[in-house]
Amino acid sequence: MSTILECRALKKRYGTKEALCGVDLTLETGRIVGLLGPNGSGKTTLIKLACGLLTPSGGEIRIDGKKPSPETNAVVSYLPERIALPLWMTAQQAMDFYGNFYADFRRDAAEDMVERLRLERTQTIRAMSKGTREKLQLILTMARAAKLYLLDEPLGGVDPASRDYILRTILTGYREDATVLFSTHLIADVEAVLDEAVFLREGGVLLHERVDAIREERGKSVDQLFRELFAY
Amino acid sequence: MDWVFRADEPIYTQLCEQLALVIVSGVYAAGERLPPVRELALDAGVNPNTVQRALSELERRGLVYSQRTAGRFVTEDAARIEQARAQLARDRARDFLGAMARLGLDRTQTLALLEQLSGGDAKP
Repeated sequence: MSTILECRALKKRYGTKEALCGVDLTLETGRIVGLLGPNGSGKTTLIKLACGLLTPSGGEIRIDGKKPSPETNAVVSYLPERIALPLWMTAQQAMDFYGNFYADFRRDAAEDMVERLRLERTQTIRAMSKGTREKLQLILTMARAAKLYLLDEPLGGVDPASRDYILRTILTGYREDATVLFSTHLIADVEAVLDEAVFLREGGVLLHERVDAIREERGKSVDQLFRELFAY
Repeated sequence: MDWVFRADEPIYTQLCEQLALVIVSGVYAAGERLPPVRELALDAGVNPNTVQRALSELERRGLVYSQRTAGRFVTEDAARIEQARAQLARDRARDFLGAMARLGLDRTQTLALLEQLSGGDAKP
């Protein structure tokens, strides 16, 4: 087992607000990991640091042993919280764009998912519903043969039936030599697909455990544990 | 098939039990090849590593065996499958007895209820 993501005393401040205050986290290759925590706990900040969109205020973060850089970004596939594609593009053009931009883009895998999710290739992103946009963006993200997938709220705006399909898309895209880290609030929906759960609270890691271990040792689901730990 | 997972137990143990049930009930016959891990994972909507773990456990129990390149197969040992059937039946019966005890039924009442229900139309 090799390490794909490593954070040591990782800190990020926005002005006086400390979004991450000393995160220690190690993720191994071949896992599907849920990044769980209430709003403002630092999930998006952590993901953005991992793909080099933000720079740490302290500590360090390493992808495959290296600091985030264009080199590491070549093996990281990132799904932003909001759609990051030009609205005038069609699904077809977006696939062309990804194919030109990323050497590891698997066009056949993308076509296959577009087919199964019944997206229209000629529809512009502008004309797509929020859920359809999210599906397209996820397809593009998962169609890359990356080592690390960072998915920021992939289930955010989609209905429960599509949620199921999106989880299956993540499972389909998953490979033994890759790790998937995704943030979500919908813990009960995603629990079965996770190897590990990471709980963030107020910018720190509260818990990082295997999902089976949580159930085995505590006799409760990750969702139940989350509700207990974050009860008001 | 439908996969349902409870919240209070690891998913791999539940998966293990449900796969055993599928084998015992003959959905996958003795000697038949099981779907690959990835396919089972997609079907059940669970993590592939979890499926792997459940299958290893079934292998340890002798209910399935793997052939290096060809995949995993249901055992051809009919006695082994019978044994698994008996085990599943015992587990279910214990769950039932536990539930009846919690409802406050004693042994006689529980047996009478079983007699009545399993008698179907023939009940007095």
